[in-house]
Amino acid sequence: MDWLFKFPQLDPEFLLAVKRGIDGALKALTRGYGQSIEDFFYPLLRVLIFFENTISNAPWPLVVLALAAIAWFAARRWAVVAAVVGTLIAIGLLGLWQDAMKTISLVFTSTIFAIAIGMPLGILMNRYKRVGGVMQTLLDVMQTMPPFVYLIPVVMLLGIGRVPGFIAVVIYAIPPIIRLTDLGIRLVDKEVLEAADAYGCSRSQKLWKVQIPLAMPTIMAGINQTIMMALGMVVIASMIGVQGLGLNVLQAIANQYFTQGIFNGFAIVGIAIIFDRISQAYGHRLQKHRGAAHD
Amino acid sequence: MTSNNASIEIRDLYKIFGKSPERYVDAVRNGLSKAELSKMHGCILGLNNINISMPAGKIQVVMGLSGSGKSTLIRHINRLIEPTSGSIMIDGRDVLEMSELELREFRRNQTAMVFQRFGLLPHRTVIDNVTFGLEVRGVEAAKSRDIGMRWIDRVGLVGFETRYPNELSGGMQQRVGLARALSNNASILLMDEAYSALDPLIRTDMQTMLLELQTELKKTIVFITHDLDEALRLGDQIVILRDGSIIQQGDSQDILLRPADDYIERFVKDVNRGRFIKVDAVMEPAPQSETRSLPTLKSGTTLDAAAKELTNSTQDEAIVVDGPGKPLGLVSLRQITAALSSAVEERSSAQGHAEERLRRDLS
Repeated sequence: MDWLFKFPQLDPEFLLAVKRGIDGALKALTRGYGQSIEDFFYPLLRVLIFFENTISNAPWPLVVLALAAIAWFAARRWAVVAAVVGTLIAIGLLGLWQDAMKTISLVFTSTIFAIAIGMPLGILMNRYKRVGGVMQTLLDVMQTMPPFVYLIPVVMLLGIGRVPGFIAVVIYAIPPIIRLTDLGIRLVDKEVLEAADAYGCSRSQKLWKVQIPLAMPTIMAGINQTIMMALGMVVIASMIGVQGLGLNVLQAIANQYFTQGIFNGFAIVGIAIIFDRISQAYGHRLQKHRGAAHD
Repeated sequence: MTSNNASIEIRDLYKIFGKSPERYVDAVRNGLSKAELSKMHGCILGLNNINISMPAGKIQVVMGLSGSGKSTLIRHINRLIEPTSGSIMIDGRDVLEMSELELREFRRNQTAMVFQRFGLLPHRTVIDNVTFGLEVRGVEAAKSRDIGMRWIDRVGLVGFETRYPNELSGGMQQRVGLARALSNNASILLMDEAYSALDPLIRTDMQTMLLELQTELKKTIVFITHDLDEALRLGDQIVILRDGSIIQQGDSQDILLRPADDYIERFVKDVNRGRFIKVDAVMEPAPQSETRSLPTLKSGTTLDAAAKELTNSTQDEAIVVDGPGKPLGLVSLRQITAALSSAVEERSSAQGHAEERLRRDLS
């Protein structure tokens, strides 16, 4: 009866051989193509450094003013602007300005990339059923796979530094924008689509004049989620060499510096609130004219 | 203002919903019923052998209850729904043979559509909704704005052009939908239960507006409705559909005075006949020797109006005359009353049948 209580597993030596084979292949790939892969991502590295330098080296009043202006144009409410300015001043007073700028720069660039890649993928997913099926599975994997697992090959191929950190953040943060773009387009009113067809819209006219604008509130919710997830990833990304607030938290954990941990933690929360309020207020404003028609 | 020779000829049109519908067209043609098709092959018969000639410049009403296939039929005219078999000739071209590009051009230039729940773009203002069709066509912004403003004026929405659809009442939203359709200057106007979502009073206003516009525009209008009053009021020609088949075609007098079967009878019995039956339908030929000076009634006067005029005059007979004043016939108060009350008689005899039929339809 022993077989009933012990699950029959593959031959241990065979499993070992498989593991060795895959690891060996990956190592060989790293040795053989590591340099060319790094070269491939070099332009990306330049972009990341450019953004980081721009925002870190800018005079602080200018940064505060710029973010306040963005908040105003997105939300058109003074309360939101005041919250943004207040949070930024608090972060600066705690001596975390430079680190906060690095974190904001990373979150900003990775969100832009996630939108640039995620929205077209969401549109494709909506248009072609087969792509949609494959994509659903892929997104499930991306959302449930522990980030550390895909960090291993990324680090092996690219070493530690900004680019692997950035890639990890984008992989982690991109699913919501893809899913919600697809969902938003799917939720567009059938009769409005019919009207677009009846007036002779081409596919691209229908997409840009009807589907995307009507899906925009849902897409904004996706962007909001993407930003939040990107911020949530900064501590993990700091393990592979991303500088900023996350790194301070990592040091605090390693050395049991409680206060340092809590200051930086709150700074991350503060930045999260800034981004959240701005993007939500913008999404809300988009929805102003979309309430159910009163009749 | 519109040069209109866009008559619509629908021939042998079949639509079967379901998997590989082409296989069943012949069976349906040979008499397979909707219920049998659904039971044996799991396909739904949407339209069954539809033949209609819609004359240019007239209002063609298609009437039926929900599930009768009327919305499916109107969507075949601009091919929002692909047919299973048949042809639709408009201006010498078969819509069903058009390539994707030709179809797009056809939709942009020759048809415009008004929807039951308006189908407006909620993120655009009234003027931007009205000019949507022109924008899609590539008309330059300033010009389409001019056209749009003219139609906003015509449907009585001046002052609302920068509002958003959800700030307007249902009736006003449908005016926007109508203005959008008219801006296109298309010769064919497709109206899919355009007024069904509106309050009765507003619906009557919108009907009046459409009739007024039509005297000037002379478009080929296909109007879908489930409301017989609306059908009788608007339709130059009326087609009644049931289960995807045509059961009667004709003008309002045909439908009211000669209903094809007890199903139509059931529709007709609740209609106020006096408002729709015209004196032409009940008059007798005028006696040649008639010399008495009688009051005159214009051809096309309804029985209600005729009865009122005769009651107010001293005579109880009147001469029916056409536009220029040529006598067409003689009508008496007695005839009018008889025509009005015959509805009641017919009703009691047909009632048994009709109600039984109704019960079957509803179950």
